[in-house]
Amino acid sequence: TVTAVDEPGGMPGVSVLEKGTTNGTVTNIDGQFSMTLKSEDAILVFSFVGYETQESLVAGRSAVDVTLNLDVATLSEIVVIGYGEVEKDDVTGAVATLGDTDFNQGVTTSPQDLLTGRMAGVSVTSAGGAPGSASTIRIRGGSSLGGATNDPLIVIDGFPIDDGAVSGLSNPLNTLNPNDIESFTVLKDASAAAIYGSRASNGVILITTKKGKSGKLKVNLNSQVSVSTPTKYVDVLTGDEYRELVTGLNGSDFSGIDDAALRKLGDENTDWQKEIFETAISQNHNVSVSGAAGGIPFRASYGFTDQNGILKTTSTTRHSLSLNLSPSLLDNHLKVNVNAKGTLANSNFGDEGAVGSAVNFDPTQPVYNGNSRYNGYFAYTTTTLPDGSIDPEGPANTFISNPVAMLELRENTADVNRFIGNVQLDYKFHFFPELKANLNLGMDRTSTDGVDNALPGTTWTYRDYTGDNGRLLDYTSESNSELLEFYLNYNKKFGQHSVDVIGGYSWQHWERAGTTFDRNTDGTQVVQDTKDSDENFLVSFYGRLIYDYDSRYVLTATVRQDGSSRFIGDNQWGLFPSLALAWNLHNESFLEGVPSLSMLKLRLGYGVTGQQGLSPDLVDPYYPAIAKYLRSTTGASVQFGNDYYNTLRPAAYDANLKWEETTTYNIGLDFGFWDDKLSGSIEYYQKTTDDLLNNIPIADGSNFSNYLITNVGSMEISGLEVSLTGRLVSKADFTWSVGANFTYNTREITQLSKTNDPNDPGVQVGAIAGGTDNKIQILTVGHAPYAFYTFQQVYDANGNALEGIYVDRTEEGGEVISNQFNKYHNQNPNADVLVGINSRLNYKNIDFSFSGRWSIGNYVYNNGLADNSLSSLYQSSANGYFGNIRQSAAEIGFSVPQYWSDMYVQDASFFKMDNISLGYTLDGLFENKLKARLSFTVQNAFVITDYEGIDPEVDGGIDNNIYPRPRTYLVGLNLNF
Amino acid sequence: CVNDLDVSPTDPDVVGSDKVYETVADYKEGLAKLYATLALSGQQGPDGYPDIEGIDEGFGNYLRQYWNHQELTTDEAVLSWNDATIKDFHWHTWTANDGFIAAMHSRIMYTVALCNEYIRVTEGKEEDEIKTFQAEARFLRALAYSHGLDLFGAMPFVTEENLPGAFFPERITREDLFAYVEGELSDMMPTLGAAGFEYGRADQGAASMLLAKLYLNAEVYIGEDKYDECLAALQTVLAGGYTIPTDYRYSFVADNDESPEMIFAITYDGIQTQTWGGMTYILHSQIGGSMDAEGMFGTSDAWSGLRTTSALVNKFDMTNDSRALFWTDGQSLEIDDISLFSNGYAVTKFRNRKLNGDLSDSNQSVQVDTDFPLFRLADAYLMYAEAVLRGGEGGTRAQALTYVNELRTRAYGDNSGEVADANLDLDFILDERARELFWEGHRRTDLVRFGKFTTGDYQWPWKGKVKEGVATDSYRNVFPVPSAQLVANPNLTPTDGY
Repeated sequence: TVTAVDEPGGMPGVSVLEKGTTNGTVTNIDGQFSMTLKSEDAILVFSFVGYETQESLVAGRSAVDVTLNLDVATLSEIVVIGYGEVEKDDVTGAVATLGDTDFNQGVTTSPQDLLTGRMAGVSVTSAGGAPGSASTIRIRGGSSLGGATNDPLIVIDGFPIDDGAVSGLSNPLNTLNPNDIESFTVLKDASAAAIYGSRASNGVILITTKKGKSGKLKVNLNSQVSVSTPTKYVDVLTGDEYRELVTGLNGSDFSGIDDAALRKLGDENTDWQKEIFETAISQNHNVSVSGAAGGIPFRASYGFTDQNGILKTTSTTRHSLSLNLSPSLLDNHLKVNVNAKGTLANSNFGDEGAVGSAVNFDPTQPVYNGNSRYNGYFAYTTTTLPDGSIDPEGPANTFISNPVAMLELRENTADVNRFIGNVQLDYKFHFFPELKANLNLGMDRTSTDGVDNALPGTTWTYRDYTGDNGRLLDYTSESNSELLEFYLNYNKKFGQHSVDVIGGYSWQHWERAGTTFDRNTDGTQVVQDTKDSDENFLVSFYGRLIYDYDSRYVLTATVRQDGSSRFIGDNQWGLFPSLALAWNLHNESFLEGVPSLSMLKLRLGYGVTGQQGLSPDLVDPYYPAIAKYLRSTTGASVQFGNDYYNTLRPAAYDANLKWEETTTYNIGLDFGFWDDKLSGSIEYYQKTTDDLLNNIPIADGSNFSNYLITNVGSMEISGLEVSLTGRLVSKADFTWSVGANFTYNTREITQLSKTNDPNDPGVQVGAIAGGTDNKIQILTVGHAPYAFYTFQQVYDANGNALEGIYVDRTEEGGEVISNQFNKYHNQNPNADVLVGINSRLNYKNIDFSFSGRWSIGNYVYNNGLADNSLSSLYQSSANGYFGNIRQSAAEIGFSVPQYWSDMYVQDASFFKMDNISLGYTLDGLFENKLKARLSFTVQNAFVITDYEGIDPEVDGGIDNNIYPRPRTYLVGLNLNF
Repeated sequence: CVNDLDVSPTDPDVVGSDKVYETVADYKEGLAKLYATLALSGQQGPDGYPDIEGIDEGFGNYLRQYWNHQELTTDEAVLSWNDATIKDFHWHTWTANDGFIAAMHSRIMYTVALCNEYIRVTEGKEEDEIKTFQAEARFLRALAYSHGLDLFGAMPFVTEENLPGAFFPERITREDLFAYVEGELSDMMPTLGAAGFEYGRADQGAASMLLAKLYLNAEVYIGEDKYDECLAALQTVLAGGYTIPTDYRYSFVADNDESPEMIFAITYDGIQTQTWGGMTYILHSQIGGSMDAEGMFGTSDAWSGLRTTSALVNKFDMTNDSRALFWTDGQSLEIDDISLFSNGYAVTKFRNRKLNGDLSDSNQSVQVDTDFPLFRLADAYLMYAEAVLRGGEGGTRAQALTYVNELRTRAYGDNSGEVADANLDLDFILDERARELFWEGHRRTDLVRFGKFTTGDYQWPWKGKVKEGVATDSYRNVFPVPSAQLVANPNLTPTDGY
């Protein structure tokens, strides 16, 4: 009988082999086995994954009992920490990992979505429901304030892929097939991330892709088919309700609605939202092969995704190939790791503007009226027929477009090719095996070819294009990055002391180039014909010491010196140190007597990280510190005499620009009870960012702009994170685990200008739809970034909002809305508390899992509602046209929009069940050669919220008709053989 | 390699400042930017690579802001839109936090900073052409500063001595800035091209006109009258070869670059010089209601924004004065609701068709060929008359009457509109300036000079946010130093009253 040291009863499935022969068997359900031996002095070899292999001399016994011990070496987790990996006990910083078995289930074109809601302190918000749409990742809220990016550094298999968006791809990470990902490791605090120095202020995400393993060839086939549907529509007036409302308003001559206007109304009841959305079917297939060929472990995979959006004409397809080779040469002294990933992606972006147009377009008009000028699609024109109705063939109204025509007549597609590859050589010196040299060479090449054409007869091109009024627009972009990294690693144990030291050098270069050629369809008018390019470099030296005393005390010290080409002279270089201590209390003798405690570790960390990655949205993110001129392009020339001259403009610059610095203190406690059946960690942190890279108003006349990217301001961030994992049941045929995470994060601006004027209201940000240049948010000292800045609405006795009447908060009298100081800071878009919860249950062949999250205290400005008023019903421009409004706006009844009323800043706290998945596994098929799993998943299953808009999850907090996130039902089949 | 960190731009359109100026042609492109800062919003038409930030790019256009400050605050124009605080201009309720006022302030100083840079790089150049370029840069800086002292009074002060950086410019008082601009104009005048030497460029005519305007308003600016100097400065203009064309509309059409009375224009072209501010804004915002955008204006857009008040309309002899370019069909004379385009007569002054009615040469659907007449001869005539009536030496009342009646005769098509000497007084001049020059960006300055912009001397609809108009406080004769600038520059002080 075979038993295990940690489980009662016999141990099934243990392989038993007579040493030196092929004679063997497997233990039965009770742990028993029997076999006929070939030799009298046979030695039996017992092996089982996760346990130490044991040998036993039979020596004539008829019954052999063994007890297998846990294999500590394979059980103790290895944690990737950047430039190496350490055992879990040696981790000193705030590091979180998520392996592939824990990933979110469902359609995940975007690798980020695998993480949503799964880690404390890591929030992932998708931009919307478009296929392959971008997701914003924020680790601990983000340390920067607009001038620099708040995106974390992402490192794929040792290759940092930051810096710059990829045009033609809404989400640069989408070139990575989620099925190839083995794990995510998130370095959250400075002591963990400081090894990435200058790019680490917003955290680091290390993505490890799957590798080949020696052993038998394994094939995995994974297919999914899914159906996506819209979950909710904006509640607007029907055609009949609309006619009734505007006819009624005619009596009061409201908003210029007169008899002539009413004759423009149509007879239809068009639900424009139903016209633009559809149920979408998508599919996703992956095949991977791993094993060893000619002694070289390899993994190769191919993935195909065809994802269709619920907004008509939006889709994305992707072919991805990846190959990993990990041979060991020179007697295992040289380990080689080769990664190559290639992707071909094609996206059809459609026209997301149709989402808003469908809400606002006149519901009395038909989709199609068979005109000849606008491809048959109904178009508002600026002339009327003798009976007063819209002339179907008249000149186009260029302010609004038929939403269906916007989708059908626009060709907005891009092909993106991307190759990411690196070769990593890890050499252990022959006569000095404690010393290793590691060389990492990599490249990342992306090329994009896109078009954004509009057919002749599209109303919206009448404004900018002559001739037959269509548009032909081609664009290309190339972005390349090369990496060279080299480090030496010395790792040695001296009795109870062990040290692990690295010292390294890193060089990375990015270059980007693009072209845009925009003209009318017959090519007679060139609107834009431009080329642009830029480049930047980072050069770094870094070192790290990990010292461990008796597995009880661990110290990690890192230092990185980074040079960035974005800065000049002495400011080019920044020094980023960190120090962290960990105390493995569970290894202390005084806790030995607490058997229920399997892990208890206290961690203290301090570090300084930097930020140089300026937001790509800025006018000049790559050369902000040097004097230069920009020559004007198409349409920006000046007439002298009879000739036109291009212009030369000096650009604003700050020669003293330097690194943004974030100082972080982190205290963490990791714990595990009952053999880690309950485990988790608690972290508290404080971060201060100084010398914020900020694009702020400067003294007029002091530079060649009124705004300048300069080092101004400070921000303080603090938070608390709790992660818990419970393995509630872990029986052979019944396991159930639950994970939960809790995040509290608060940010406050503590300085914003060089003068620190206490009367400074701050910098207005957050442009909204409606009017031009209206902003709803503000950056102010003493407040959270991007706080909403609104007037306080006054209500009548019945609780109805009084139009344009606000509280005179300053009590200065006069025109309330003309005094900005009557506005107040009214909440902000970031959640105070995020809670993620997930569970996985396996019972025999059935598995069930779900993942959901609460977001508490996130506020949203309901821009769609704020922009709807009775005056939106009829616009007098372009000779007059009608537009729809929301039911609730009709009820509120404002005659003109009241953008700054605090009634539109609404609590958008929510619970979202991101996915629920049920699976059934068939094993033992074809003599144990095939294992199959069939699964059914619902993504975006349900949302609980009081928020009035379509979806409470709005990146940035301004809800203005985003592409709605669909609900997706998915059937998947996974085959392993 | 560590040396890799010293980069220079790779984009062919971006030039390191050490290599930018090599030939005279390069200097001419540098000069072109100084003019473009008045006309355009950035380095790409109609938008893209904006000059200033923190505001919508089209809004941040110099001419658009200047026009709004000079017109929307007066009896000449109202705007229907919901753009931020735009209606504060009509109501005289603007504050130091106003984003439009901040943009105007930034635009003025942006132009100054660019001119300073250009004056630095052209310093010591031997070529006569480059010397003229430099004088034009000094003119454009003086023009921007003159707008600053007119709109704001005191300003931040930077010259070619101040290198770009993150410093705090000193504050200069209105009086000192007046003296500086006056000195600059007199000093650079001889180096400028002769009047009319090249269209679109500032010449001695333009500089004399600016100097004359400075003197005409000297009482407001420095509390000292300078009408003699005004008349002296106007002599260069009057002798500059400009003439009054027979058709009043010549200065407001797509081919107005050929108008013989044009002294200095901000130029536009439907293909070459595109923007969402400037003339594109003025011309399209006036179109709406039942007006025929294509037929009358040669454009496809109608922005339904700008109209005028009855205070302006009532100054006209609507039947006989050809300058009464109003649209009344579907429009009410009085304004009940500023937000409705149908309230108030619309204006048809600026058009993107040629004088003879043909489509413009560019024939762009939205971008226009029409130039903005910053200075034209009729203005000089009326300034002459006013300076004489205010007691200036160096001109005669008879000549003043001749000038005024030349404009009246053009307006009426015959001598029926002529004014008698007895009726030629300052009140007449103010009204005549409105009739002749409305919507050309002069009105606020004129009303301030006549003491009628604020307080109770003169009311017009919606002044003070009351339909009939009420008195407003006199501190509003200047705009406040923007609060963002008070924060960004501790050397500045808040404007009295705000």
